[in-house]
Amino acid sequence: MQQTQPGGPVPPGGPVPPGGPVPPNVPPSPNVPPSPSASPPDGLERPNATVVSHSAETARWLQCYRQMAQIRYFEDQVDDLYNTARMPGLAHLYSGEEAIAVGVCAALRRDDFITSTHRGHGHCLAKGASIDRMFAELLGKASGYCKGKGGSMHIADQETGNLGANAIVGGSAGIATGAAFSSKMRGTDQVAVCFFGEGALGQGMLYEVMNMAALWKLPILYVCENNLYNEYTSYAETTAGTIAARATAFGIPSAVIDGQDIRAVYATAEQMVAQARAGQGPAFIQANTYRYYGHHVGDIARTYYRSKEEETFWRTQRDPIALLGDWLVSTGQADAAQLEAIHATARAEVQAGVEFGLNAPFPEISEVTQDVYA
Amino acid sequence: MAVPTTTRQLTTSRAISEAIAMEMRRDARVFAMGEDIGKYGGIFGATQGLFDQFGPERIIDTPISETAFIGAAIGAAAEGMRPVVELMFVDFFGVCMDQIYNHLAKNTYMSGGNVRLPVTLITAYGAGYDDAAQHSQTLYSLFAHVPGLKVVVPSTPYDAKGLMISAIRDDNPVVYFMHKGIMGLGWMTMLAASAGPVPEEEYTIPFGVADVKRTGTDVTIVTVGMMVHRSLEAAQQLEAQGISAEVLDLRTLVPLDRDAIINSVKKTHRLLVVDEDYRSYGMAAEVIATVAEHALEYLDAPARRIAEPDVPIPYSRPLEQFVLPNAEKITAVVHEMLGR
Repeated sequence: MQQTQPGGPVPPGGPVPPGGPVPPNVPPSPNVPPSPSASPPDGLERPNATVVSHSAETARWLQCYRQMAQIRYFEDQVDDLYNTARMPGLAHLYSGEEAIAVGVCAALRRDDFITSTHRGHGHCLAKGASIDRMFAELLGKASGYCKGKGGSMHIADQETGNLGANAIVGGSAGIATGAAFSSKMRGTDQVAVCFFGEGALGQGMLYEVMNMAALWKLPILYVCENNLYNEYTSYAETTAGTIAARATAFGIPSAVIDGQDIRAVYATAEQMVAQARAGQGPAFIQANTYRYYGHHVGDIARTYYRSKEEETFWRTQRDPIALLGDWLVSTGQADAAQLEAIHATARAEVQAGVEFGLNAPFPEISEVTQDVYA
Repeated sequence: MAVPTTTRQLTTSRAISEAIAMEMRRDARVFAMGEDIGKYGGIFGATQGLFDQFGPERIIDTPISETAFIGAAIGAAAEGMRPVVELMFVDFFGVCMDQIYNHLAKNTYMSGGNVRLPVTLITAYGAGYDDAAQHSQTLYSLFAHVPGLKVVVPSTPYDAKGLMISAIRDDNPVVYFMHKGIMGLGWMTMLAASAGPVPEEEYTIPFGVADVKRTGTDVTIVTVGMMVHRSLEAAQQLEAQGISAEVLDLRTLVPLDRDAIINSVKKTHRLLVVDEDYRSYGMAAEVIATVAEHALEYLDAPARRIAEPDVPIPYSRPLEQFVLPNAEKITAVVHEMLGR
C-alpha cells in the first residue's frame, strides 16, 4: 500500500527497520484495491477534532481498535501468567501483529472460516472467541474451548468459524483449503482464511494446496504473516526469491502490505474476500509485521538473533494500535479520552477473563479417555 | 553397567554435542543440519557450540522444510557424506515420513545392498511439561516398526555420548531419541539424572546391548529413556518394602537385546515393561511377545505393562500427569504382581 508518512515514502511492505532484514517488496498485482485515505500530512488543528463521528466506518475502526487492545492486554497477561508460574506450557504471543488478525477478520462474516497457527490467540479473539474461555483453555480448565485438552496451540472455536490453532508449522493449510472446498461443494458463499507465518513458506503442502485452490477456484485467502523470524532464524536465511511470487506462480492474485496498518489490511482483505465470495478463486496477502516478544514466552535472551534497536523501532514507530489511534485522533473520529476508555475496558475484560480462568475447575480425570473418537 | 572413568559432569545435551563435534573433527564427511541448530545450538542444545567450531558450511540451519532436508540427507549419504539431521520434535516427523519410511529405510535393501545410508536423525520426545498433543509424543515404536531403521534411546549423558558416536559411525540410518526431560535444559524441571559423568575421550557403546541398571530377584522391569529413571525411583521404594526389582535399560530398540530380557526374566520370573509410548502395538508389546515366545514357562505371574493410555497427550496438567507412567504406578503394579 503506497502511503506517505513523515520521514519519506514508505515501501509497500512497510519501512525497513534498523539493521533488520528487508522484506522483499513486490509490486501489488493490478487487482489490489487502492489504499484507504492516508493520514493527513499537515498536522493542522481541526475545529471538530474532538467531535466523534458516528459513521459506520468510524464504528468499525473503533471496534478494531478495541479488539487490538484486547489482544495486546490478553498477551501481556499470558506473559505475566507464565512469568509468575501460574500457566503451564510455553505460549507464543501475537503482540505486535494485531492489525493482521483484526483487519482480516473484520472483513469476514461470523460463518466464514479461519485456520490459525501456534501464535494463534490473536486470530481466535479477532474471530470472536470469548476471553474467559480462552484463558480457561490456556490454564487447562474444563470450561476452556477444548475442555483444557488442547491448550494454547490447539484452541479451536467452531461457533465462530475458527477451525483451530495448529502446532505444526503450515499444518493448517490443508484444513483451510478443505473448508473452502466444502463451501463450494455445499453451495454456500462462505470464505476461508488460512493464516500462517513466513516460516510455513518452507512447507511443501502450502504449494500443493495453493495449486489446487487456484485450479478449483476455491474461496480462500492465504495470509502470510511475515514477522521476519522462523522461530530464532531470520527468514532472509531461509527464504529464496520473493514471497508474493510464489502466489503469482499459481496465478493467484497477491498483495504485499504493511501489516502494521490495519486500514491497509482491512482494505485489501475486504476486496479479496468479496472476490472469493463471488467465486473468483483464491488470493494471497503478504503482511509484513513484527513479533514483539520472542518465539515463545520463554525466549527472553534474543540479542544474538535480533537487536534491541530493531525491537524498539517496531514497538515505538510501527505499533499497529498507536498507528490506528493516531489516525483516529488526527482525523477527528475519536479523542484521546475515548481511546483511553477503550483501553481501560479492554484491560478490565482481560483481567476478568484471567480471574475466570484461574478460578475455573480442572477437568475430571475421567475426561482423559473421552473424545478420542467421535 | 559400564562404569565411566571420569568425574567430569556433563548434561545430556552437552554429551551429545560433544559426541557430534568429535566425529566432525575425526571425519570430514560428517555434517549437521536442521532447524535452529546453528547459532541457536538446537532447541534442546544438542548442537550447542558447534556453529562456532565448524561454521555454516558444516552446521547448517535449514528452512522449515523437513521433507526437503531429510530427503537431501539421504542423497548426500548415498554419495558418501554422513549427515546428522535434527528434527526438533518427534511429533513433527509426520510432515516428512515418506522420505524416512519409503526411502531412507528401504533404499539399501531395494538396491540389493549397493547403497549405504549413514544418516543419523536426532529428535526429541516425551511429555510432562505441558506442551500438548503435537509436542509431547514418544513414537519410537513407529520407527522401530519399520525395517531398515535402527532406533536409539539413551537414558544417561554417558550413554548419550557413546551411542551418538556409534550412530554416526554406523553405515545405516539411525533414529536417535532424546528425552527433553533428561537433556538438562534450564527451562525445564531439572532431573538429577540430566547430568552425569562423561569421559572426555571418545568411546562407543554398541547397539543391541541392554544395560542392567540395577540387579534384582523378584521382578524384571524392562524400560528405556526417561522411564529408566522412573523405574529406578520405583525400585528404590520397592527395596525399602522388601522387594528386589531388576531394572533393564534397553538403550536401543532396534537392535533389541532379546537375550538380556529373556535371561533376566528367567531369573526373576516376573516381567513389567514401562513404556512412555502409547500402550498398544508398541515397545511394551514387543518385549512381552519376546518373553511369551521364549520364556513363557518361567513367568510366575502374567506379564504387565505400564504405558500411556491410547489417547493423545492432553494439555491440562492433571490430565497429562495422569497419563504418564511414574514411580507410584510402577510400585503399585509390582505389588499386584507379587501379591504383596
